[in-house]
Amino acid sequence: MTSDTDSKQRGVVDQAAAPPDYLNVRSGFWSWFGTLDHKRIGVLYLISILGAFFLGGVFAILVRTELISPGQTITDADTYNQWFTLHGAIMTFMVIIPGIPAALGNFVLPLMLGAKDVAFPRLNLMSYYLYVLGVVVALLSLALGGVDTGWTFYTPYSTDTNTAVVPIVLGAFILGFSSIFTGLNFIVTIHKLRPPGMTWFRLPLFLWALYATAIIQVLATPVLGITLLLLVLERALGVGIFNPALGGDPVLFQHFFWFYSHPAVYIMILPAMGVISEVVSVFSRKHIFGYRFIAYSSIAIAIFGFMVWGHHMFTSGQSQLLNMIFSALTFSVAIPSAVKVFNWLATMYKGRIVLKTPMLYALSFIFLFGIGGLTGLFLGSLATDVHLHDTYFVVAHFHYVMMGSAMIAFFAGLHYWWPKMTGRMYSEKWGMIGALLVFIGFNVTFFTQFVLGSQGMPRRYYDYLDKYTVYHVISSLGSYVLAIGFVVMAVYLLHSLFRGRRAPANPWGGATLEWQCASPPPPENFAAAPSAGDPYDLTGLEYDVAEGGYVSREERPAPAG
Amino acid sequence: MDAVGIATPGLSMALALLQADGFWMPGRGSTTAGGVDWLFYFILAISAIFFIGIVVVMALFVFRYRARPGHREQQTASHNLPLELTWSIIPLLLVIVIFWFGFTTYLNQSTPPQNSLEVMVTAQKWNWLFTYANGWVDEELHVPAGRPVTLVMTSEDVIHSFYVPDFRLKKDVVPGRYTKAWFEAIEPGEHQIFCAEYCGTEHSSMLSRVVVHTAADYEQWLETAGAFYEQLPPAEAGAEMLRKFGCVQCHSVDGSAGTGPTLKDIYGQTHQFTDGTSAAVDENYIRDSILNPLDKVRQGYQGVMPTFQGKITDQEISWIIAAIKAYSGVEEPMPAEETGAEPSGEDAPAAEDVEDTGQTEPDQDQNSASEKQAG
Repeated sequence: MTSDTDSKQRGVVDQAAAPPDYLNVRSGFWSWFGTLDHKRIGVLYLISILGAFFLGGVFAILVRTELISPGQTITDADTYNQWFTLHGAIMTFMVIIPGIPAALGNFVLPLMLGAKDVAFPRLNLMSYYLYVLGVVVALLSLALGGVDTGWTFYTPYSTDTNTAVVPIVLGAFILGFSSIFTGLNFIVTIHKLRPPGMTWFRLPLFLWALYATAIIQVLATPVLGITLLLLVLERALGVGIFNPALGGDPVLFQHFFWFYSHPAVYIMILPAMGVISEVVSVFSRKHIFGYRFIAYSSIAIAIFGFMVWGHHMFTSGQSQLLNMIFSALTFSVAIPSAVKVFNWLATMYKGRIVLKTPMLYALSFIFLFGIGGLTGLFLGSLATDVHLHDTYFVVAHFHYVMMGSAMIAFFAGLHYWWPKMTGRMYSEKWGMIGALLVFIGFNVTFFTQFVLGSQGMPRRYYDYLDKYTVYHVISSLGSYVLAIGFVVMAVYLLHSLFRGRRAPANPWGGATLEWQCASPPPPENFAAAPSAGDPYDLTGLEYDVAEGGYVSREERPAPAG
Repeated sequence: MDAVGIATPGLSMALALLQADGFWMPGRGSTTAGGVDWLFYFILAISAIFFIGIVVVMALFVFRYRARPGHREQQTASHNLPLELTWSIIPLLLVIVIFWFGFTTYLNQSTPPQNSLEVMVTAQKWNWLFTYANGWVDEELHVPAGRPVTLVMTSEDVIHSFYVPDFRLKKDVVPGRYTKAWFEAIEPGEHQIFCAEYCGTEHSSMLSRVVVHTAADYEQWLETAGAFYEQLPPAEAGAEMLRKFGCVQCHSVDGSAGTGPTLKDIYGQTHQFTDGTSAAVDENYIRDSILNPLDKVRQGYQGVMPTFQGKITDQEISWIIAAIKAYSGVEEPMPAEETGAEPSGEDAPAAEDVEDTGQTEPDQDQNSASEKQAG
């Protein structure tokens, strides 16, 4: 596919003429669905997750459209309840949880380690199959008349309702196994396949983040599995576990559910912080500031994240003592999160900040995560949480964290590694327009919801009082701007696949190992395992106009002047 | 407890300030609302300082150090322990302060005073019932101003959550157990009640009001309310029952469609059931539908109605029958004693029903059992 001269310009690592890359080395259905190549599995995940993101987004737009006026707008209450349930379940279990680890992580992790693949390539493929199976089983709910429990499946509503709860719960159960396999694979890979020279404190921060995430995936997800299985047993066989009518305890479900689902928040946000650490350093042309603090804070967040689940139940009737303990522990998570933000800012200090699309998303992240994180203080504090719990304030808060932070970081990563994955550059101009639309649309949609919530508007309401109308209208209009932003992104990314400029090996000037192999990488990644230096020492890289990207100083012919 | 000492001047100041809706918080209706608001604005101020700080620094760096011809990056120190400890410890101290205020304010807000007025709250899909010491049940919460009120709450079906934004009060209402909440309303007026825990189709219409009276008005209201229904014509009392038991959430009385069939013109109609049988709507039909709603489900509807066995008295059923007759244009008066007294000819179990309903109290299980046999 590539001409001789092209590939010579591209390669920082010396290569024979036009060696096949992982995309064109083989073709056909089984070359993809039977592949053991982590890069292909990463691409499969990416396509599936973007598909799920589209579906979840359609439900989001439907929900916002219904809410643009009080009373009935486009559908009845039951259908609305199914829409927000599907929006939440799809976005959480099928998009954000697997998003960065399974799609970007799968592709990048072995490359960053200079390895040929993950430790267990077959397990990796298995985890993708389970993902697909989980999605299919979960979406059976749609075919069987929908499900209306909310993505949290709270009992006894979920054991009472006559909608199709079992398929979606089984789907989430299967998706959990997919997540466990990925986590297991990453832990072993990071332990065993690091190249010579890459000590733990020379590990790129993205890998620290994936490592911390993997620990949570392996330790917390089984609890969700058991919980969901018990729920299925209760519905199918009438075993009394959660339903008081059968002698069960409905609040027990909340404890079980959040014991997983709060750590799951960190499954979503930790890898996001990892991406931002990479992007901010590379696009500021500076060594990351406070490497160890960032690395330790990932681990701290992973550990503290396990002990704060009770803050989802401050109004559930749990004791004052328990509420006090969970509130105190919750605030402990705020510190490592704040530390990371300060470190990113310090990294930018005296740098040379290149405002390319990935950096725009990273700056968006810092802005949005700032709001998402700080509004968490209102919810961690007991007295204010009682008022704000289960209102739009919570909805806004977690959208700022899940969507404004985790998903925005996913898009930062997608744009950052896109040239490596596809071998093509996208239009920088359209990339920036897309990023701007997403940023504006997002804030208009969700900032208004903070006001709605503090004014008392409860969440999951089909209808609302007149005094809330103006905020709902603004929020819905914002969601359309957000949607347009994503359409723009889809168009220019697809366009780049066919018309995009061929990507150099190192378009942004990153020092992590994935930038040392060609774009797209050859099937085996590296001819010989590269040796790793400081992943944030960018001083040895220089922009080369002919190459269209960065090359290492030693390999570049001495500059004329 | 010096934190309370610090919070108290803030509280009284906040109380004096405003009762109307602010940009962030709605008007304050309870004595504890001021403390919550004080904390809310305190956290808001800290958040705003940090957020503006972060964004300004970020914008400044982007502008000052943006890539441009002639500008080179300068590799600065890659870490600085004192600096990093500083920006870890200052936020740590701040969150400890926030935690402490949050906790102490919460204790005030969640510990009911000893001498408070008690009201039982029952939540069900999709309405609220408030039961007073004298046995009166109302679908609105009436309370006196200036006196602490404790709510003892439970749910008949799924988890609901009792939420009054003006009081900054929220507590889940859980089936199979009792949860408590308390408040003291400041002055006479009305406040919105929401259900805040998702509970199905009509979640967003599970609304009610807190009506705050002066102490004297409250006593008077309670007295008249207790004898209210007996003084009404049966059909009007029945209409009140339809509201009180939440029937009208699903069954309209004006012919419009809902989760359940409308009650307008229903009396005398013949209905097809999902099991293929059919029956004419008469007194027994209505009674069975209330007590054993899932035995016969009308075609075109889902069997979602809860049973009212043990919750509704025979007297109340009689009033409801009278109301349904009125909505159907059947004007005959329906004194309570005569409920079901006229056997309706073609209905086989009618004779048994006459006996059953003639008895007063312990008949309900027997009643339903005999109907199941007959049907």
